[in-house]
Amino acid sequence: MTVYILQRVMRMIPLLFLLSLIAFLIIQLPPGDYLTEHINALRASGRDVDEAEVERLMKQYALDRPMHVQYLTWIQNILLKGSFGQSFQWGRPVNEVIGDKMALTFLLAIFTTVFVWAVSVPIGIYVSVRQYTFTDYLFTMIGFVGLAVPGFLLAMVVMYFSFAWFGLKVGGLFSPAYELEPWSIGKFQNMLTRIWVPVLILGIGGTAHIIRVMRATMLDELRKQYVTVARSKGLSEFQVLMNYPVRIAINPLISSLGFLLPWIISGGTVVEIVLNLPTAAVVLYRSLLSQDMFLAGSFILLVGTLALVGSLLADIALAAVDPRIRFGSVEEF
Amino acid sequence: MASHENGAGTQDVLLEIRDLKTHFALDEGTVRAVDGVDLDVRRRQVVGVVGESGCGKSMTAMSIMRLIPPPGQIVEGEIRFHRPFDERPDAKDIVDLAQFESNDRQLRDIRGNQISMVFQEPMTALSPVRTVGKQIAEAILLHQDVNKAEARDISIETLARVKMPNPEQRFDDYPFQLSGGMRQRAVIAMALACRPQLLIADEPTTALDVTTEAQILDLMRELQAEYDMAILYITHNLGVVAEMAEEVVVMYLGKVVERCDVDSIFYNPKHPYTKGLLNSIPRLEDVLQDKREKLNAIEGMVPSSFQRLSGCAFHPRCPDFMPGVCDEAEPQLIQLEEGHAVRCHLYT
Repeated sequence: MTVYILQRVMRMIPLLFLLSLIAFLIIQLPPGDYLTEHINALRASGRDVDEAEVERLMKQYALDRPMHVQYLTWIQNILLKGSFGQSFQWGRPVNEVIGDKMALTFLLAIFTTVFVWAVSVPIGIYVSVRQYTFTDYLFTMIGFVGLAVPGFLLAMVVMYFSFAWFGLKVGGLFSPAYELEPWSIGKFQNMLTRIWVPVLILGIGGTAHIIRVMRATMLDELRKQYVTVARSKGLSEFQVLMNYPVRIAINPLISSLGFLLPWIISGGTVVEIVLNLPTAAVVLYRSLLSQDMFLAGSFILLVGTLALVGSLLADIALAAVDPRIRFGSVEEF
Repeated sequence: MASHENGAGTQDVLLEIRDLKTHFALDEGTVRAVDGVDLDVRRRQVVGVVGESGCGKSMTAMSIMRLIPPPGQIVEGEIRFHRPFDERPDAKDIVDLAQFESNDRQLRDIRGNQISMVFQEPMTALSPVRTVGKQIAEAILLHQDVNKAEARDISIETLARVKMPNPEQRFDDYPFQLSGGMRQRAVIAMALACRPQLLIADEPTTALDVTTEAQILDLMRELQAEYDMAILYITHNLGVVAEMAEEVVVMYLGKVVERCDVDSIFYNPKHPYTKGLLNSIPRLEDVLQDKREKLNAIEGMVPSSFQRLSGCAFHPRCPDFMPGVCDEAEPQLIQLEEGHAVRCHLYT
C-alpha cells in the first residue's frame, strides 16, 4: 500500500510541471497582455499613464522578457514565495482574491457531493433490484430530465418561482447583512439557509448521472455468481446486497470523486453567475475576459492541481477498498 | 413431532422432491426447466443427477436452494426437507421448502446451514474484494452462536479439513491470490462450515483441470464420510457419477427418465436415452481395435426449450421410437424392480 501511494505521488510531479506549463501557455494565448491593454485603455481615454509604475510591474513580472523567462519568474514566485502575483483587475495580490472564493467553492463542492451521493446511491441500488418496474422507469425518466435540463435554466426557474410564490430572493450565498462581514458562526448559519439552492441545482445533473452509473454497475454485479453464492449462505437480501454487489459497484464512483471539483468549477460557471454566487468560477470567468493573466493562470493552475490531488486521494481511497488495486492484480473478474 | 407419513421404505429420508415444476415465463413462451421431478435423498447418501446441458439438473438444485433466478418460479410440487429436530436421531421436522418466499427467515436458517451448495465456477463464486476468511466466517456467524474469534477458528479448521495449504494465511488472502483448485477448496469449506446435512454440488469440478478434479472428488468423498452428510451431485460426466454416486437420476428435458443404483445404470440401463449417453462414452478397447472411427452421439438435437412435445419428450431422437405410442401418450415413471424406475413406453 505504501509503495503504491509513493508511486502514485511520484507520478504526480511531472504532471504538475506539465500542468503549470499548460496553465501558463493558456494565459499567454490571447494576443497582448493586461498591462498593454490597460495602458492603451488609459491613453485612449486621454489620461496620463504612470510610466514608472508600468515600468516597475514590467520588471517584476519580466513582461518585457522572452516567454520562458516570464514562465520561470512566475513559477519561481509561486514556489519560493508562495506568491501568485498581482491581479491587475482587482488591484490586489491574487492570493487574497482567490483565498476566499476557493474556500467557498470547495465548501459548495463538498455539500454538492454529499447531496448527490446521499440521494443517488440508494436510489441507484433500489432501481437496480427493481429493474423494469414502475419505480425503475420513473427514476429513469426523472434522471434523463435531470441530465437534459441545463443547470442555469433550472436556476432561473427556481429563482422565479421562489420569488413569485414565496417572495424569496435566492441569489447569493449570504443575506445582504452578512455579505461583507468576516466569517462568524452567524454567517455560517446564514450560508446554510441559502446554500441548499445552488447545491440542489448543481447536484441535479450529477445525481441523475450517478443513479445511471450505479444502476448499470449494480445490474452487472447482480448477475455474477458470487451474489448467488452469498444468498446460498443464508444471508438476508439486504446483507447480500450491501456486502457483495454494492461493495464492488461503488468503486467506479469512488474513482470519479477526484474530478468533482473541476466539474463544479467548469460545469457550474453559468449557474453560479445566474445565482450570483461569490465562488471561484465566476472570478475565473471574469479574469479570462479581462486578460487578468496572473489571476486566470493561478486559477487554472490551482484547479488543475486540485484535480490531480483529488484523483490521487480517490485512487488511494479506491486502493483501500479494493484489494485488487492494492495488490496490483490485473486479473479480470 | 416424529412423522412417518411417507410410510415404509423411506427410513432416514432427508429430502423428498415430489412433482417439482419450475417454469420460466418469458415473453417468447414458457420454459419448463423442471417439469415434474421426483427425487429422494436419504441421509448420508450420494445421489448423482446426470443429463445434457439444459435438462434442468441445475435448476432442480437451485429450486431446492430456492435461488432460482427470476422470472423462474416453482409452479407446482413439494420439496420436503426432514431436518433433525433435536438430539434424538428419529425426531424430525418436515418443512416444505417450496412453500416459502425466497427471502423467508425460516428458509434462510436452513440455507447455508443445513443445506448448502457448491457451485460450478470457483473463479467467480467468491467476491474479489473480501478476504476468503471473511466470506467463510460470515456463514458461521450467521448460523451459529459464536463470536468473531471463534468463527475465525472454525473457518481455519474447516479450511484445514478441505486440505487447504497454510489455512491460517489463506484465511486473510483474497480470492485472486488463490489458484482455481484452492478457490474450489475455499468454496467447499464455505459450504461445509456449518456442517450441513445435505450438500448440493453443481458440477463443482467442471472448471478445473483433470488432476485438480481428481483431488477435489477424493476430497468430497472423504468429507462426505467425515461429516456424515448426503450429497446431491449434479454433473454431465458419467465417469464422475461412477466414482461418486450410490444412486443415479438421469434427467431429460426437465423430467427424470431413469432412476436406479449406480451399478444398474452402467450394467443394466433401461431407458434408450441412458443407453445413448453410455454409448457416447468412447471406449479405449474399441479405439485400440479400430472398431470405430467416430464418436457415437445421440441422434438429433435437444429440442428448443419453448417447444412442447406430445408424448415422450425423447421420441424424436429415440432409436426405439414406436409410432403411434411414443408420440401420443406421455409415459409415466414406472417401477421395474426394487430401486429401478424408468419413464419409457418400452416397459409398459
